[in-house]
Amino acid sequence: MVQNNKVITAKELTKKFGAFTAVDKISFEVQKGEIFGFLGANGAGKTTAMRMLCGLSLPSSGEATVAGYDVYKENELIKKNIGYMSQKFSLYEDLTIKENIRFYAGIYGLSDEKIKEKTELLVKELHLEGEEKTLVRALPLGWKQKLAFSIAIVHDPAIVFLDEPTGGVDPITRREFWTLIYEAAERGITIFVTTHYMDEAEYCNRVSIMVDGRIDALDSPANLMKTYSAGSMDEVFLQLARKASRSE
Amino acid sequence: MNQFLVFVKKEWLHIWRDRRTLFILIWMPVVQILLYGFALTNEVKNSRIAIFDQSRDLSTQAISEKLAASRYFNLIKNVYSYKEIEATFRQGKIRLAVVFPNNFRNDLLHTNHAQIQLIADASDPNTANTLTNYASSIINDYQQSLTQNEELPYTIKTQVRMLYNPELKGAYNFVPGVMALVLMLVCAMMTSISIVREKEIGTMEVILVSPLKPFRIIIAKTIPYLIVSLLNIATILLLSVFVLDVPIVGSLLLLIGESILFTITALSLGILISNAAKTQQTAQFTSMMSLFLPTLLFSGFLFPVENMPIPLQVISNIVPAKWYYIIVKSVMIKGLGFSAIWKETLILVGMTAVLLGISIKNFKIRLS
Amino acid sequence: MQSIVVENIIKTYRTKKSVVEALNGISFSVNKGEIFGMIGPDGAGKTSLFRILTTLLLADSGKAYVDGFDVVKDYTAIRNCVGYMPGKFSLYQDLSVQENLSFFATIFNTTIEKNYDLIKDIYIQIEPFKDRRAGQLSGGMKQKLALCCALIHKPSVLFLDEPTTGVDAVSRKEFWEMLHRLKLQGITILVSTPYMDEAGLCDKVALIQKGKILSVNSPEGIAADFTKPLWAVRAVEMFPLMKAIKQDPMVESCYPFGQFHHVVFKSAENAKEKLEQIQKNGKYTQFEAHAIKPNIEDCFMALMQE
Repeated sequence: MVQNNKVITAKELTKKFGAFTAVDKISFEVQKGEIFGFLGANGAGKTTAMRMLCGLSLPSSGEATVAGYDVYKENELIKKNIGYMSQKFSLYEDLTIKENIRFYAGIYGLSDEKIKEKTELLVKELHLEGEEKTLVRALPLGWKQKLAFSIAIVHDPAIVFLDEPTGGVDPITRREFWTLIYEAAERGITIFVTTHYMDEAEYCNRVSIMVDGRIDALDSPANLMKTYSAGSMDEVFLQLARKASRSE
Repeated sequence: MNQFLVFVKKEWLHIWRDRRTLFILIWMPVVQILLYGFALTNEVKNSRIAIFDQSRDLSTQAISEKLAASRYFNLIKNVYSYKEIEATFRQGKIRLAVVFPNNFRNDLLHTNHAQIQLIADASDPNTANTLTNYASSIINDYQQSLTQNEELPYTIKTQVRMLYNPELKGAYNFVPGVMALVLMLVCAMMTSISIVREKEIGTMEVILVSPLKPFRIIIAKTIPYLIVSLLNIATILLLSVFVLDVPIVGSLLLLIGESILFTITALSLGILISNAAKTQQTAQFTSMMSLFLPTLLFSGFLFPVENMPIPLQVISNIVPAKWYYIIVKSVMIKGLGFSAIWKETLILVGMTAVLLGISIKNFKIRLS
Repeated sequence: MQSIVVENIIKTYRTKKSVVEALNGISFSVNKGEIFGMIGPDGAGKTSLFRILTTLLLADSGKAYVDGFDVVKDYTAIRNCVGYMPGKFSLYQDLSVQENLSFFATIFNTTIEKNYDLIKDIYIQIEPFKDRRAGQLSGGMKQKLALCCALIHKPSVLFLDEPTTGVDAVSRKEFWEMLHRLKLQGITILVSTPYMDEAGLCDKVALIQKGKILSVNSPEGIAADFTKPLWAVRAVEMFPLMKAIKQDPMVESCYPFGQFHHVVFKSAENAKEKLEQIQKNGKYTQFEAHAIKPNIEDCFMALMQE
């Protein structure tokens, strides 16, 4: 239930661990269908912020809604309406492609017919016909990534969170992955992605950069490059990151 | 509900696809039941005994036959002097000796009383107890069969002498066993884990690409555990002597010497395992299965080896701990000297040489 | 003199279930004092190659020489004179910075003081933490420590396997600055990285994919080899634009490149007109298109598809 087309709203969202403030009063909004890049150095507070938005961790103070639901009171509803994919883990290596789809779709409460329908669709889109019974372990990394993304949105969530989704694959595969993301955004799924590949930041409609727990920049890549007189997002990031006092 | 079931199904698939764990889950209980049910038992069978018959009359022969025929006993020798009895015990050939005095039958028939002496090797007090009980009950049977038709009861008194461990202290048996276990654990398992850890965290790669000779890497890895083992032995011995009242009857120097030998055996086993294992988990698992468990089961301190079926007895011969246990018992509890254990020592030395040779030769100077 | 010579190296990994051809006939050479980059994604064969050159792995066939020594026959000599930083952080996490450094200095039969000049620039940055356990350092600090340990014995050749992976952008930049200073000392450096933009920082690069070398050249040379016309195109409606461009038969490839799509045409004729036509056929806002020079990634992708 998204109101006013705002899939994420955050106002002075804060997370403290004892005396340490990991996330310091961040405020921002994400529109439906946007590809929103959430950048920051390791230790800047990105992961903590994402956890709060995914309903995995309660904020210390501030407000936020995701897919229209409040992060304090309705975080079970949030989990039902979002997708999640991370590079560290996504699929079970010792299960087949079909079994992985069945499992995740089942967890999100899809009916058996819907699961069948989605499985066929997914397999066709990714050109994996005939490979349904292959163990995920046997797939090359690029296929795993694409499969993981498709499974993350199998239940057509309002928004999907991608935590460093691409890494180590060849440039063509990486771009095929981003094409999938474009397609999903076109369908109305909002994409919230963190990445440390600065060139990928340029695919996003808007980008926020976290430094020492605060959001120090929030704008489209083109505007940021103009503001910081930089030729690339890499340079923008470097200028901001060098000011950081916190490192990993 | 569907969510729940789908999760259960997934978990089932995980178990089913991990062949190695599946094997353990299904076969381990089977192996254990069979092992404990048939092979490893405290029940005593075919224990080797000797008989010193100073009377050689109808009664003593009758009793001797009954003893020999019993499935608990295996009469291996008739001896002809106390000295011979002692020697046979020292050589570890028998667990029990039965001594009939002169004029046994005469005494029995005319005075209605007679005595039989039972001498048992009490370095394993449980077995010693069991054996003397079996023997006593067989003698009792004979006594009953005689008394059957008579009015006055016959009584044959058995006098029991427990050798080496008159107070039947359990510690006498398990201290040598614990020493073997501890050395296996510390030396073999910890050494193998330590070497494999370097492989796992990646530092092995870096130190291989250096002037350091691989041989020296192994030695450097084993030395700390050698020292720790010696400390452990010292602690165990101190505690045994001063807290458990287990004496060191034989030569302390010999005991320490043999312990160092066994430590080196264990260390080479550790190196051997580390050559093959790729992860610390594998090293730990392999150490447990092939070193710790066999030591526990086959060294002889929990379950007497002679009571096992022959195939298992043969297996116990390749468990180094079995020989070390015999050596420690002989030196520490029985107070015997090198001449009594030279064979076992030689076996250990042989095993160590072979193991050390193989493990050093197999040490990988490259990643595979 | 050539510091590293690789001739037709082949390496295949066989398991019960699969055969992986990690290196499929790799040949190249590196001159003394060069920074040579091996650029390619995961699985390209970089780590296998590094392990063969540092004598940790035997190739199935082919020959390789480091500083004139054969990697198979003279492995002891090589192990005495090269520095190696493997992909994962491979120092002792529970030893301090200082302890790690003196350990490595000692096994290389040298002392920290002897070659201190070499590592001074790098060491100053981690010196404040010298008593801290290595496991508690940040990613960037760990990397600097690992580099010091690899340099401590003044190697003639330095092998760095993905030293910047997983490290924050600022440290990555600083790391490459350190490498350039080392080059001035005459040390040959072979670096592997999955980050294409780092190729531009090397003297020469080899682009490697699935066990094969796609090209060996200076970064400028690789760009010069790219002869097809390349255009950067954008609009607010990126995805429909891409679909439209891809459908055109004159287009060889169209890939997203962040703010612009990079479009490769089969031939230079009428490229501009073609794009104007595509613009007219659709409804695009803020449409832009201009010809550009290829970067390393464009070249890599073109070579991949040959």
